[in-house]
Amino acid sequence: MKAFLGFVRKETLHLLRDRQTLAILLLLPLIQVLIFGFAVRTDVRKIPIAVVDPTPDIATLELRDRLAASERFHVVGVASSSQNLETQFRAGSIRQALVLPSEVERRLGRGDSLLIQLLTDGSDPNTGGIMQGYATAVIHRWYGDAAPAQDGLRIEPTSRLRYNPTLESSHLFVPGLVAFVLTIMSAMMTAISITREKETGTMEMLLVSPIRPAAIVVGKVIPYIVLGFSGVILVLIAARVVFQVPLRGSLTLLLAECGLYIITALALGIVISTKAPTQRTAMIFALAGLMMPTMLLSGFIFPLDSLPGWLQAISFMVPARWFLVVVRGIMIKGAGLATLWQETLVLLGMTAFFLLVGSRKLAIRLS
Amino acid sequence: MSTYAIDAHELTRRFGQFTAVDAITFHVEQGEVFGFLGANGAGKTTAMRMLIGLLVPTSGSATVAGYDISTQAEQVRRRIGYMSQRFSLYEDLTVQENITLYGGIYGVSDRDITTRTGGILARIGLEHAGNELVREIPLGWKQQLAFCVALLHRPGVVFLDEPTGGVDPITRRRFWELIYETAAQGTSVLVTTHYLDEAEYCNRISIMVDGAIAAMGVPSAVRNQFGAATLDDVFLRLTRPGAGV
Amino acid sequence: MSLEPAVDAQGLVRRFGDDAALDNVSLQVQPGELYGVIGPDGSGKTTLFRVLVTLLLPDEGSARVLGRDVVNDLWDLRARVGYMPGRFSLYPDLSVAENLGFFASLFNTTVAAARETIAPIWVQLEQFSARRAGALSGGMKQKLALCCALVHRPEILILDEPTTGVDAVSRREFWGLLRRLRDEGLPIVVSTPYMDEAGLCDRVSLMQDGKLLVTDRPAEIERRYPLPLFAVRGDNVLGLLGALRRFPHAASVWPFGESLHYTDARTDSEPGMIARELSQYVESAGFREASIQPIAAGIEDAFMWYMSQGQAA
Repeated sequence: MKAFLGFVRKETLHLLRDRQTLAILLLLPLIQVLIFGFAVRTDVRKIPIAVVDPTPDIATLELRDRLAASERFHVVGVASSSQNLETQFRAGSIRQALVLPSEVERRLGRGDSLLIQLLTDGSDPNTGGIMQGYATAVIHRWYGDAAPAQDGLRIEPTSRLRYNPTLESSHLFVPGLVAFVLTIMSAMMTAISITREKETGTMEMLLVSPIRPAAIVVGKVIPYIVLGFSGVILVLIAARVVFQVPLRGSLTLLLAECGLYIITALALGIVISTKAPTQRTAMIFALAGLMMPTMLLSGFIFPLDSLPGWLQAISFMVPARWFLVVVRGIMIKGAGLATLWQETLVLLGMTAFFLLVGSRKLAIRLS
Repeated sequence: MSTYAIDAHELTRRFGQFTAVDAITFHVEQGEVFGFLGANGAGKTTAMRMLIGLLVPTSGSATVAGYDISTQAEQVRRRIGYMSQRFSLYEDLTVQENITLYGGIYGVSDRDITTRTGGILARIGLEHAGNELVREIPLGWKQQLAFCVALLHRPGVVFLDEPTGGVDPITRRRFWELIYETAAQGTSVLVTTHYLDEAEYCNRISIMVDGAIAAMGVPSAVRNQFGAATLDDVFLRLTRPGAGV
Repeated sequence: MSLEPAVDAQGLVRRFGDDAALDNVSLQVQPGELYGVIGPDGSGKTTLFRVLVTLLLPDEGSARVLGRDVVNDLWDLRARVGYMPGRFSLYPDLSVAENLGFFASLFNTTVAAARETIAPIWVQLEQFSARRAGALSGGMKQKLALCCALVHRPEILILDEPTTGVDAVSRREFWGLLRRLRDEGLPIVVSTPYMDEAGLCDRVSLMQDGKLLVTDRPAEIERRYPLPLFAVRGDNVLGLLGALRRFPHAASVWPFGESLHYTDARTDSEPGMIARELSQYVESAGFREASIQPIAAGIEDAFMWYMSQGQAA
């Protein structure tokens, strides 16, 4: 026990002495939150839109007002013909254009069909789709109010997005970020700190002492568990304060699941460290083998449904994929263990597997 | 222009308040093997860095191969060879590739590289190992090869930094024979070492203590001057005046 | 004191790929003995020591340290052995005191409990106790490493090249400490590439290419040098070297500091006679100032002789 406590103390000292790394590890989550929150968000605001309205009347003015009143649109100009639209799109001064037919109000009154053209800049397909969705919604709502009810019953399907009604992307990136931060801190740092002992020869000193390899590993990871939790809490606080990301479920459950994932990641770090002879190799293994899948194959950046089948199959082996479902469930849907037990079980299984592999490979000798 | 291969006068280097090299004056003759000794931290490395043009002296002056180390560092570096045990050859390149690389760095023409390579490999008995990776050849050969590579551009002075640590006594002597042959052809050799028995192989030695030269001369003369049986004893007296021998 | 040897290794073989780093090595270290393994880099010293401290498994042979098998009694042995690896293996970012405290805790003990054992070394280290280990001089680092190897009061010390890269004065002080520990009854096995350190051991093995060339008391190894040896001095070392090697009876000629060591191949001649003959020869070859003296062999002469025997065989 004394040996173990001595080990934890020593690891903590290493961590505290290396001020630069410590600062990076603590600042990284905050910076990530801000970058993802402000720069990489996928919802769109203030879309520059042009309206072509050949014969302005009450109905078209109403539509233009609705567009102008929305935060999502910024009406750049109103023209009577669609002559200059192409140039404006090319110059980037507009990203959408709404081309209305003439005599809108009269046609509405007569119950004629109304052909409205909506042009959207599709050079970024994701954003294009979102812009199209926003504009269509505004037009539909306007049409419903403006067109008088006809003889027959008009069936209007109304769809509503649950949990994230305004499609705030910041709500989605926070869970992904939690997974990312935990992977870096736990897996990569453990792998690096174990391989550093191999590289500098201090592992030789540890091996000839009576301390068991398991105690070395557990002693080594404890400071990183603490650090990992600090990272998670920083991300959650920043997300709450800066972007008002809600936490609808139980905080205790969330932290417990984070604790589980930290152990998963640490176990992965241990597995890496048994394979990598040097810190450099450990870093490359961690970057390629863990961080890339965590970013790309977990549903953090790309929706899993959009991946080809074989990549989806691979994604089942990425722990972050399951963790992400759990965190999103708790934070955004307010789900409890009753609905998330399957994912939790998968994570538990993976953790047990990695711990087993890692501890079997831990050498009690050199080779 | 000095006729000495190395001619240092009151050479001094300070780092802040700390004087690493304190007004050292010495010279090395053409074709002389000069031992540059001192404990860890006595200032050997700093002095050598000044002489090879990597550090500018705080005061004093020195010429190496006839050029001033402060104002003509570029010419100095072109006319010296340098070999250190810690880093000399690229382990993941072949013997031949290392020779070609260093020849290129020192501006030796391709034709000269080709003709000199054969000579080098024959000289140290590595004729058949030209295409082997440096990491595959034994340490003793590596050191001899590194020495020959440092001589590839026919420098007037060659600096050896702790050249023969860790090799067996026979290989070590082969290395010294190589050094003697080089000196006999007129190239001056400055060797830093803290292997004091190695110092006995030098024509003359200097012993640095706390940045200054505390003793200098032919090894036997230095021993006699201190009435000591070995250079080890001289060294002990100089660095720990209170301690008995 | 038990009569059982502190180390008893029989026929150790350890291969790395096709290379045998240890090639049938047997050795015995007696209780309270300061035992040296002298050999150049790559001779197999480190592999031998790693086998003895349970870090490497031998492919063949067996070894008992303190009466315990290095393969089967792993954990029992690890608690009793003090080991210093060849490379500096402490934590540079921890202070002297923190390093020491950490290694004490690894062995479930405290620095205070070892105070008496480490006292002679701690006297010299104490003033640096708050300094980071990475900022110590080479000699002080080695003393700290020795302190860390002693902090659990081991029953044997196994030190791999503790004086490599350390200046002559620090080396001498370090050996002073080792002899002091030996005098207190601690068996010590130490390796070194420095031939001149052999004389400081009770017994030494000379090691080359994974084999022990010879094992004995250093004075005995020197005395057993089988051929007449002469020191030859002259101005033109290189010329003299070539001339002597051409002498028909030369067994070997090597530069040896300021002089040359000449070994004559004849065992049936008087040294005085050989010296006179040699003197006439070098004079006729044009070296008038050369002096020739019969001398007793040193460890280095012996090492080279055994090495050349091994290569000839």
